[in-house]
Amino acid sequence: MLDLTYETPKPKVIAGAKHDWELVIGMEVHAQVSSKAKLFSAASTQFGAEPNSNVAFVDAAMPGMLPVINEFCVEQAVRTGLGLKAEINLVSAFDRKNYFYPDLPQGYQISQLYHPIVGEGEVLVDMGNGIARLVRIERIHLEQDAGKSIHDMDPNMSFVDLNRTGVALMEIVSRPDIRGPEEAAAYITKLRQILRYLGTCDGNMQNGNLRADVNVSICRPGQYEKYQETQDFSHLGTRCEIKNMNSMRFIQAAIEYEARRQIAIVEAGGSVDQETRLYDPDKNETRSMRSKEEAHDYRYFPDPDLLPLEIEQAWVDDIANTLPELPDQKKARFINDFGLADYDASVLTADLESAGYFEKVAQGGDGKLAANWVINELFGRLKKDGHDITTSPIAPERLAKIVALISKGDISGKIAKDVFDIAYTSDRDPEEIVETEGLKQVTDTGAIEAAVDEVIAANPAQVEKAKANPKLAGWFVGQVMKATGGKANPKAVNDLVSAKLGL
Amino acid sequence: MTDLNTLGLAEARDLLRKGETTSVELTEACLGAIDAAEALNAFVHKTPEIALERAKAADARLADGDAPAMCGLPIGIKDLFCTEGVPSQAASRILEGFKPQYESTVSQNLRDAGAVMLGKLNMDEFAMGSSNETSTYGNAINPWRRGNDEAALTPGGSSGGSASAVAADLCLAATGTDTGGSIRQPAAFTGTVGIKPTYGRCSRWGIIAFASSLDQAGPMTKSVRDAAIMLEAMCSTDPKDSTSIDLPVPNFEAMLTGDIKGKKIGIPTEYRMEGMPEEIETLWSDGTAMLRDAGAEIVDISLPHTKYALPAYYVIAPAEASSNLARYDGVRYGHRAKLSQGDGITEMYEKTRAEGFGDEVQRRIMIGTYVLSAGFYDAYYNRARRVRTLIKRDFEQVFADGIDAILTPATPSAAFGLGEMADADPVQMYLNDIFTVTVNLAGLPGIAVPTGTDRQGLPLGLQLIGRPWEEGELLNTAYALESAAGFVAKPAKWW
Repeated sequence: MLDLTYETPKPKVIAGAKHDWELVIGMEVHAQVSSKAKLFSAASTQFGAEPNSNVAFVDAAMPGMLPVINEFCVEQAVRTGLGLKAEINLVSAFDRKNYFYPDLPQGYQISQLYHPIVGEGEVLVDMGNGIARLVRIERIHLEQDAGKSIHDMDPNMSFVDLNRTGVALMEIVSRPDIRGPEEAAAYITKLRQILRYLGTCDGNMQNGNLRADVNVSICRPGQYEKYQETQDFSHLGTRCEIKNMNSMRFIQAAIEYEARRQIAIVEAGGSVDQETRLYDPDKNETRSMRSKEEAHDYRYFPDPDLLPLEIEQAWVDDIANTLPELPDQKKARFINDFGLADYDASVLTADLESAGYFEKVAQGGDGKLAANWVINELFGRLKKDGHDITTSPIAPERLAKIVALISKGDISGKIAKDVFDIAYTSDRDPEEIVETEGLKQVTDTGAIEAAVDEVIAANPAQVEKAKANPKLAGWFVGQVMKATGGKANPKAVNDLVSAKLGL
Repeated sequence: MTDLNTLGLAEARDLLRKGETTSVELTEACLGAIDAAEALNAFVHKTPEIALERAKAADARLADGDAPAMCGLPIGIKDLFCTEGVPSQAASRILEGFKPQYESTVSQNLRDAGAVMLGKLNMDEFAMGSSNETSTYGNAINPWRRGNDEAALTPGGSSGGSASAVAADLCLAATGTDTGGSIRQPAAFTGTVGIKPTYGRCSRWGIIAFASSLDQAGPMTKSVRDAAIMLEAMCSTDPKDSTSIDLPVPNFEAMLTGDIKGKKIGIPTEYRMEGMPEEIETLWSDGTAMLRDAGAEIVDISLPHTKYALPAYYVIAPAEASSNLARYDGVRYGHRAKLSQGDGITEMYEKTRAEGFGDEVQRRIMIGTYVLSAGFYDAYYNRARRVRTLIKRDFEQVFADGIDAILTPATPSAAFGLGEMADADPVQMYLNDIFTVTVNLAGLPGIAVPTGTDRQGLPLGLQLIGRPWEEGELLNTAYALESAAGFVAKPAKWW
């Protein structure tokens, strides 16, 4: 595996009225496990189905119904753990988290408090330009999602949709290693990227398939380092938890607001209450949801309906062997093998589809050139047309041909853009386009020489000027290119013009 | 010929196979007996149409020579089992009107074995109780009486309706469930046989949960042979229950040889309780003698943590129950309280659960909630779990020392009068489980066999506890005890 060397970013510092303050952030990310069936039932997890149509008896907590673990969800959690370089616990167990709510039919959520399936791991959060933050993962556990309560359909009644009830979630808990709003967003971005690479969560934040509870506290500069040395939380400020965030932009705004709120309290001589807060994007503020005193007593205890979850190392090894190349490795390989710039490598490895597309294009020969074409021409065009890479009208094999044609000198970069445009809009093969449209670059020196002679003969005055001032040779090159319809090899033209003018 | 409803499973089966009677005749005899026994309040939902339809189908299979183990045999089903399209409400108001769209694995297994369901049987609400008095249907009544005393006695609980119905010959056998003694205590109170198999033998799928780590279904029958036949039909490996064991189900009946020569029977010192009635002492020593005479070796053994079993049980069972019963919230099925203007979800929960659950269920939910709450969890729940481990280890030790089965009393007394415990401390009622809860905590099989009567003519039972998964051996020891005791008394019909 390739190691990326990186520098650690500086923490975000907010200047209060009296002091400077740093932020300390930890996240609990709830990632919906990509699985056709729910964690403990065979009901479908399909999004957007008719309300209450994907509900098994056990999801509705009908009397006498029992949960049976979906092995695939376990496999997905293990795969995720491996992807985060985490320790996999061969024995884990499910606990019940008890509370009453209409979208929680059992009256408890089956989760893993005491013995999670995945232990400590890490995420390298890339901030660009060789700067990255290593965020430690404390644990990942499997748990059931709740249903959805709908309060705005009727003035007197609430409705409940149990389609999401029992869908498998992974709760990925980080250590408080994130030091600013941008890092928080970058952490989610990176985590999402890894999950999507692994195929264990589709990362769709809009549908709520990836959402985060964000724990924010503030401390004076230097305190965090003391915490790092001792792992003693008393060096840090009291944290507040902002619940259920599913937008990168709002996460950053909420952290910013929350930090400033806490700074104001502390600087005014007050103290921050540990509590759960909600972010209101309309007002850009966080509001108290419930204080520590009002916090639920969830009465966790081991779920007696489920035996401890025991998995075998050999099975974990099998999963490890099928792990895809992960973003960090892929990026390093792109840099090493194709000579890409850090930024280009990051852009191309942002998602598997782009990376895969690029690799096919790079088979055209020149990796750097391929990267340019994918990032500048293709991405630009796709964005303009509202496409993404998976719906690209031009197949990577065809873009690879264009890149190859350029590399071989068969077409110039300028002609290539025309070929790209035709191939993009008309589903035609670039080689065929070049052939049919007669776009092939003229490399026959005889033909170019004739054109050069013609231009020189027709412009004696210019010849004199150029002899005095060699910079004017470019004018001749332009005339020759014009005369050849742009198909002449620019280098050949250049050389010939210089020779003929005796420059 | 005797009334068909008084037959046991084995006898009726043999008559059916010989063509000397039909399932329809058996079923009609039982339905008649049920209708004539309203006073016992044992059956709370009768299903005569279903019964006759299944009886006819069974007769057809018998005629075709394609008769599974319990083909055509009419039985009752405890109300705790979900039965498709038939009210299944755990004797609770909160499940008023609930008719499941599914059939519990155990009742389905019985159906598949050809058994004919006569209806649903009374029980303590959510199986919480030892006298059947917590039922929303009103208590079932024991067909037995103290001599000529007309005072109504409890059939025990929680499977009191099952015990009463079997003892009164309203059916050939019945299903029960046992969380802390709910099969064995009512069996002992009614002169019937009841076995709780090893935890995991019978699927819990479709049985309304009380305490998931303790609940186990089992048969309540008129003889040990019948128990063997019916248990085999009930057991299965069920992928729908994660705690179900993947083990083949033996032919239990074939294991009933009555030969227990050389078997080691343990007599646990700790079960000799302070103030134990003399009749129970005598019953126990008589039973010990019977097994010795049958060739078994009697060994005094120690199960040192026994005295902690009841408190541990009354922490663990309510803890699980408090969580298991959270689903009864009035949102999706069963009872929902009428709400007042302005009531919200909290009022709906509070009113629904206050109206829907009886006092004992509410008490246990509160105990369970308390022992799981922050600050008390370690002191109660975790400590109880540790005790449970120690109790399990006690048994493992004696079994490792070569003990084959353990003989104890099934109950500390004969059936008591209904209402007698009304003013007592609830713990007095919980003491009924003193000899039986250890078996549930350790997950072991236990069987109650009637071996005698008290001075007033009431039946008394002994309990045999076996090694895990060795129900066959346990049934055989019980069979030997039954044969030696020769208990044949029947309650005089007064209803």
